[in-house]
Amino acid sequence: MKAVYERNPLLMGSNKFCPGCGHPLLNKIIADVLAENNWAGDAITALCIGCALNMTPYVDWDLVQCPHGRAAAVATGIKHVQKSKLVFTYQGDGDAAGIGLTETFHAASRGEPFTQIMVNNQIYGMTGGQSSCTTLIGQKTTTSGPSGRDPAHTGYPTKLAEVIAMVDAAGYVARVSIHTPKHIRQAKKAIEKAFRLQMEENKYTFVEVLAMCPTNFHVEPWDAPAYTEEKVLPVFPLGEFKTPEGR
Amino acid sequence: MAKILIDTEICKSCGLCVNVCPLKLLRLSETRNSKGGRSAEQTDAGKCTGCALCAAMCPDSAIQVYKEA
Repeated sequence: MKAVYERNPLLMGSNKFCPGCGHPLLNKIIADVLAENNWAGDAITALCIGCALNMTPYVDWDLVQCPHGRAAAVATGIKHVQKSKLVFTYQGDGDAAGIGLTETFHAASRGEPFTQIMVNNQIYGMTGGQSSCTTLIGQKTTTSGPSGRDPAHTGYPTKLAEVIAMVDAAGYVARVSIHTPKHIRQAKKAIEKAFRLQMEENKYTFVEVLAMCPTNFHVEPWDAPAYTEEKVLPVFPLGEFKTPEGR
Repeated sequence: MAKILIDTEICKSCGLCVNVCPLKLLRLSETRNSKGGRSAEQTDAGKCTGCALCAAMCPDSAIQVYKEA
């Protein structure tokens, strides 16, 4: 029998993420991109603090654990001394857009030739579901109060992809989602494009990925794709916000 | 003729594959794996077309798909 879909050897056994989590799905997409382009030996990931660090025992390429929010600064250093490597950060929304906004924004401003992947699940997942800067209006979290996020009190969700797209030195900026097989294919294409622009044209590239967190959305895992479609996509529109000329 | 293999020990019963199967051939099993989870199982193996949407959607890479060449 011919294999249509086999387990990627870059993924090792089981993982510690919750059922229905977006992180292992994104790990799988990145592993597929690395395997198909033969980049796994050259990949170095600057990993954030948060749920994402459960990726450490799960994937089989080089990872560096960075202080909270500083993955972009660490990736800058790695890329300066290892110019031929594929360097990318893997950060949550609280890490890239909240705590590490300075590092993210100035790495983009300087046009540092690495890729930033921001996993936006609208919540601080690991610490128990506190509000992050990307939490939706009305979304109930452990720190939002019973009526959910109130813009009069805590403002509006941060849309980082649109902000980074306004930076002159950014080469490629996209927002993708991974809640259906169709969106997974688009996400894979966007990540591959971002990596390719980094490797071949030395561009700063940024991909924001909308991920599901059923545990802290307070929905069943199988209802999370519908939740994303209904509540998250109207707030965070998908698409490529900045591409190099003509592509 | 297509065949899917589900690793019941890796499956976490999230049910995302059940949602995406176009022919609705998947469900969560009544028997439990060693972690106490109800892993996914296929109901009517003969009807599977091997589209691999379940495998693409599985966050934990528990599903592998094979097809008669």
